[in-house]
Amino acid sequence: MEMPNLSLALPELLLVLGAMALLMLGAFRKDDATRTVSLLSVALLGFVALMVWGLGGERATTFGGMFVIDGFARFAKVLILAASALAITMSVGWLEREKLSRFEYPLLMLFATLGMMMMVSANDFIALYVGLELQSLSLYVLAAYQRDSVKATEAGLKYFVLGALASGMLLYGASLIYGFAGTTGFTQLSQVFHAAHGQPHAGVIIGVVFVLAGLAFKVGAVPFHMWTPDVYEGSPTPVTAFFSAAPKIAALALLTRVMLGPFGELFAQWQQIVILISIASMVLGAFAAINQTNIKRLMAYSSIGNVGYALIGVAAGSEEGVRGLLIYLAIYLFMTVGTFAVILSMRQKGRLLEGIDDLAGLSRSQPMMALALAIFMFSLAGIPPLAGFFGKFYIFLAAVNGGLFTLAVLGVLTSVVSAYYYLRIVKVMYFDDPVESFDRPVSRALGLIMAGSAAVVVLLTIVPAPLVAGAQEAAKSLFPTG
Amino acid sequence: MLQVGLAHYLTVAAILFTTGVFGIFLNRKNVIIILMSVELMLLAVNLNLVAFSSHLGDLVGQVFTMFVLTVAAAEAAIGLAIVVVFFRNKGTIAVEEISQMRG
Repeated sequence: MEMPNLSLALPELLLVLGAMALLMLGAFRKDDATRTVSLLSVALLGFVALMVWGLGGERATTFGGMFVIDGFARFAKVLILAASALAITMSVGWLEREKLSRFEYPLLMLFATLGMMMMVSANDFIALYVGLELQSLSLYVLAAYQRDSVKATEAGLKYFVLGALASGMLLYGASLIYGFAGTTGFTQLSQVFHAAHGQPHAGVIIGVVFVLAGLAFKVGAVPFHMWTPDVYEGSPTPVTAFFSAAPKIAALALLTRVMLGPFGELFAQWQQIVILISIASMVLGAFAAINQTNIKRLMAYSSIGNVGYALIGVAAGSEEGVRGLLIYLAIYLFMTVGTFAVILSMRQKGRLLEGIDDLAGLSRSQPMMALALAIFMFSLAGIPPLAGFFGKFYIFLAAVNGGLFTLAVLGVLTSVVSAYYYLRIVKVMYFDDPVESFDRPVSRALGLIMAGSAAVVVLLTIVPAPLVAGAQEAAKSLFPTG
Repeated sequence: MLQVGLAHYLTVAAILFTTGVFGIFLNRKNVIIILMSVELMLLAVNLNLVAFSSHLGDLVGQVFTMFVLTVAAAEAAIGLAIVVVFFRNKGTIAVEEISQMRG
């Protein structure tokens, strides 16, 4: 038996060893180690991100073809690691203020991140399942982390039940595909379907539908979105900030790899389903958010809508579509992390607020924070010339070039509708009469993340070329022949 | 004499799986029943995998089953832990009571 090539999985191995070392550190330190463990976790994530970045080269597989590393995986992993590092940084202050400092918190995020990296690099249904569950199990615990809060435990319970249901559906689909195609490996599946000229056994089609439903659950797309608003609202805010970025990117990357990799030959069979899911998500995300008064719930519906836009890239099924999806995810990461940094700064007399009305008159009490949030909102609304506009532009471009005109038109229409609630936040901040102002000063970490994210959004507006080139490179690796 | 073949196993697994899904959605009483339903779904998957594995003469399905069993154990532990913290806050685990947030 030959040894697997461990060097390809070096970032993951380092992350798992580092996480376990930090677990030991936390367990054996007498005093509270939360701050130390958090800082070391961020450093570890940063180092692993650099390693992933440096791990160049062509597409390669290891561990008997179960683990793949290519440009697409690298791109998604860098985004995931950045999102996790930002989420841990944002959490430290919150943990100390709420007296919830326990060193398990950053570690759970590390293990979730490890699961996400495995998902993105999965090249077999077994590897996919183990990575997905490592991520999900950590996330269930994180959602219920504030264990004396009714809302948080309820969020955890709902997330757990619906997440377990989704895993069950995905597994059932995987078992059918294994039975009717004879293998669980993505590379082999692709060959089997190629030999069947895209017309496999009906059992395989049912399996694909189950897998797609399970993955749609994980990304939070309509009609499998019902957990999203409750989990976003109920979870502690820094956890929500984490949920809104890293797991979304990982699940969307996984969905893209599965649908366009092994199931790429069956494109004609599943394209309609993805189009329908995408339309339903965009429409629900646009209309259901209008009446929300809680900003976390609003961000939940916004994330559903954004998943809808991202799925257009999958529905296009082309290199251009994947490129659009990756650009979109990268920009979305910074918009949403920045927005949550603002939400985490909404404190009055030490209490965290979540109402949109609480933002009234923010432009006068804290003009810089208001400006940052305005940039994120304009960008999320997709108003040119901000980065969010480019994200949508590349996605719609791929849709039009793929002949999906309905999808592109509906996408534009729903972004107009969703612009209403994004701009309402800007209106509340700049034109409503001020209410009591928030506590000052904003913590240094949050201020830095706010300013940094706003700077990145502006920077990507001015020089989008490096991101586009990177995404192009990454998308190309998913289509080896084309 | 009835020959038990692949189709029978698949039918049983499909029935078990459907029972699990309905158990999650139709049950209005107790969260523990939901946990049992989740377990039932995973066991249906295992039955599928083992049946296919023996039918195909391929061991991958049984290896997959081992992974599913292991992860299901971890999942049950975490699920029960979350149910316990929920019970401490609410004093009940009736499904109707999981309704703090709506909309």
